[in-house]
Amino acid sequence: MKKFDKERLLLAVAGPVMALVAAILLTSVVLLASGKNPIEPYNLMLQQIGYSDVQVLIINQASMYYIAALAVALGFRMNLFNIGVDGQYRLGAVMTAVVGAHVALPAVLQVPLLLLVAILTGAFWAGIAGVLKVTRGVSEVVATIMLNAIATSLILYLTQTNTWGVQVGNNMTTGIMKKSGWIPGIDLGSDVGEIYGLVFLAAIMGVLYWLVLNRTRFGFDLRATGESESAAAASGVDAKRMTLTAMLISGGVAGLAGLPLLLGDSHTYSLTFPEGLGFTAIGIALLGRNNPGGIALAALLWAFLDKASPALDYATPVAYQKEIATIMQGLIVFAVVISYEVVRTWGLRRQQKRVGEELAAAARNNSEKKEVAAR
Amino acid sequence: MGITKRFPGVVANSDIRLSVRKGTVHALVGENGAGKSTLMKILYGMQKPDEGTIAVDGEQVTFSSPADAIARGIGMVHQHFMLADNLTVLENVVLGSEKLHGIGGGARKKIKEISDRYGLNVRPDLLVESLGVAERQRVEILKVLYRGARTLILDEPTAVLVPQEVDALFSNLRELKSEGLAVIFISHKLGEVLSVADEITVIRRGTTVGTAVPSATTPRQLAEMMVGSELPTPETAESTVTDTPVIEVKSLTVYAAGGASLGAESEPTAGGLLGDLAPATGTAKRVLDDVTFTIHAGEVMGIAGVEGNGQTELIDALIGLKNADSGTIGFLGDDITPWATRKRREKGIGYIPEDRHRHGLLLEAPLWENRILGHVTEKPNAKGIWLDIKGAQADTRRIVEEYDVRTPGIDVTAASLSGGNQQKLIVGREMSHKPKFLIAAHPTRGVDVGAQAAIWDQIREARREGLAVLLISADLDELIGLSDTLRVIYDGRLVADADPATVTPEELGSAMTGAASGHLEHVEEAADGAESTVENGADSTVENADDTAAPEDEAR
Repeated sequence: MKKFDKERLLLAVAGPVMALVAAILLTSVVLLASGKNPIEPYNLMLQQIGYSDVQVLIINQASMYYIAALAVALGFRMNLFNIGVDGQYRLGAVMTAVVGAHVALPAVLQVPLLLLVAILTGAFWAGIAGVLKVTRGVSEVVATIMLNAIATSLILYLTQTNTWGVQVGNNMTTGIMKKSGWIPGIDLGSDVGEIYGLVFLAAIMGVLYWLVLNRTRFGFDLRATGESESAAAASGVDAKRMTLTAMLISGGVAGLAGLPLLLGDSHTYSLTFPEGLGFTAIGIALLGRNNPGGIALAALLWAFLDKASPALDYATPVAYQKEIATIMQGLIVFAVVISYEVVRTWGLRRQQKRVGEELAAAARNNSEKKEVAAR
Repeated sequence: MGITKRFPGVVANSDIRLSVRKGTVHALVGENGAGKSTLMKILYGMQKPDEGTIAVDGEQVTFSSPADAIARGIGMVHQHFMLADNLTVLENVVLGSEKLHGIGGGARKKIKEISDRYGLNVRPDLLVESLGVAERQRVEILKVLYRGARTLILDEPTAVLVPQEVDALFSNLRELKSEGLAVIFISHKLGEVLSVADEITVIRRGTTVGTAVPSATTPRQLAEMMVGSELPTPETAESTVTDTPVIEVKSLTVYAAGGASLGAESEPTAGGLLGDLAPATGTAKRVLDDVTFTIHAGEVMGIAGVEGNGQTELIDALIGLKNADSGTIGFLGDDITPWATRKRREKGIGYIPEDRHRHGLLLEAPLWENRILGHVTEKPNAKGIWLDIKGAQADTRRIVEEYDVRTPGIDVTAASLSGGNQQKLIVGREMSHKPKFLIAAHPTRGVDVGAQAAIWDQIREARREGLAVLLISADLDELIGLSDTLRVIYDGRLVADADPATVTPEELGSAMTGAASGHLEHVEEAADGAESTVENGADSTVENADDTAAPEDEAR
């Protein structure tokens, strides 16, 4: 029995490892094709890990990736493709920033209020897609993509000076949030930087994600729906309600994705607030196999590629384009999708074969014993 | 020709020897998971043996793909037909072999020739979607012959046919063998095997255990060879029917979902019927029409019918996957019509689904998670809102033990078990929750003889303790042997009833095609409180003698 467990673990690791190796090899091919040294850039990037300010950047960035990827993964676990994480987290951040700038409660109330605003905004935005899917059969992929575009326009409107916007130089912001809503980070000195306080929220959410999915009845129903909708329906899962619930939770989690930055550093939503987090998160959730531990590693890897690659531009004696990291990220997503499918089918077939063998062996033993007894 | 084969160490085949002579029908029987399918896949080039050889006409061959097998004159008719519905018979036959006789007149001539020669009676220009199951099967056979096959492998060809169609198939097979072809016939149904085969090879646990000559063998001996031990005595028909109604269905009607008008257009033969069937709703087809019955504690009610005549809809309505458009379902005095599936299951409705892969299992999840499926809110699977994983795993081990599920452990995926063992797990799971009403759809489909007897025993035992069972099965012997009352479903209605003590499979078979609707005349009425409801169904039946082919069409 243990043997099958160990094998499952091995198979789970084999997919990402194969994908990474393939992505690195292919990136090297690209480097070679453009007449560059195929190994040196990796060296340069790895050296960056040694600097503590880069470490802090990576961890901070990863925390946001992690939350967004959890939101995507939650959808994936029941075959919902929430592409709208991007719109959900941006809208969540805007609303939080606005509330944070206009409401001043003591910190014990202000922080929970802000978190709640972010969750509700994200859930509301994803819920629109959920309701459309449940009542009208609109694919959540299409609906969430549309909602992303609408979110962009909505945010432009919300940040205009005659709504809630405050102009600071060339930048449109939502005004500085009240201090009681700021979440202090871990200060590691002025030349190193500060780790966002909400990094811990990301970690807690990872634990919760695992706990809910693997240890609760609700999580079982959700996973069952993802694995076989028909079997789940026959087992008593209300597919429509589950779709809507999953969409709401996914959106709620997504709403939190921008908060480590917002509450920990920028304290306002502005035009420079990062975009595209939600799309990156899709790749991270894929690489992490929708598993909280895997997603954490994938988020760190992605953040590392993001934060270590700028150094390539300034490398001496030969500079490299930092877009190499982008190429690699793209290749990883490609390779991941392919290698997982290969490993999955191979593993399933291998297990079927081994089960067959073990049973045949058991049967042989039995019949041999019988023959001996007969003599 | 002779095929000898030897290959230890593969999944389920070790040291198999099989030789098939020209001009014979050679039956291959064995428990599910015994390795028949693997062997056939190897013979047809879909898998390679690890060891051993195949010889055709004395010449040793290796197949690396089905194309190689076809080139050597070996053809296979799969259990699930591989035809394109929107193409004609001609196009389906020619597809992939355009080089042989072209795609036009030459091909048509060849098809006619083969059809006439073997009495297949295939019309080349009909659309496949307009054909019944039996005709489709003949097209599959013709497809294989068209490619020049001299050895035909038929995988469970009778599973989808009613008795009359089986007879027709067998006369086709006799035709084939008289022309010098060899037929390998895989089946579970031992009676059929004995009637059509010239030789029988029995496979047990991956190896050939012997051959038998039909004239000197009884089904029982054959079954014992397959199982390797003496069979438990079937059937001690002592009635356990009580007068406590468990499930009371009244005038249950369900309309076809969505494209009801589409259905009417694509079925010209049903045009006349529709006016009678659904005058109030215009074009909507009733997939279940005014179905009324009562099942009492301790009673097994069997439903016979060609697939696609409303069985699926009936099951869905009972388990709550489909809502009733009108009518009510009563369960132990409660009106459960508005209940959701989960509540029905929690309150004691057990469900053995007709398609275990679609409705009964999470194939890629471990066995213990499959133990939880469908009973996630109940003990021993849950404590409050939390899963009780330890409890579920312990209980899975108990089920594996008690129901003889052959598996190396409870952590393997459900997909790695053979069909029979998957089914045993499902039966064990459902029975573990002490259901008061069990929906058993094809409970022994694709299950070996040994497991079949075990599942029947489980049902009988639970029946003694007051379980009410709705049994839906394509296996008429099973229906007759297990049921206390029998109904025939045709075109969404319960059109006939029969007493399982007197009815024969042939009589049931003809009622299933709609030929004998209403009361089966020479059959005594079922001797319990259900007759009044039968008349309900019978009175409103539309007799239509020309329409005997319709159920097959609808089945597709």
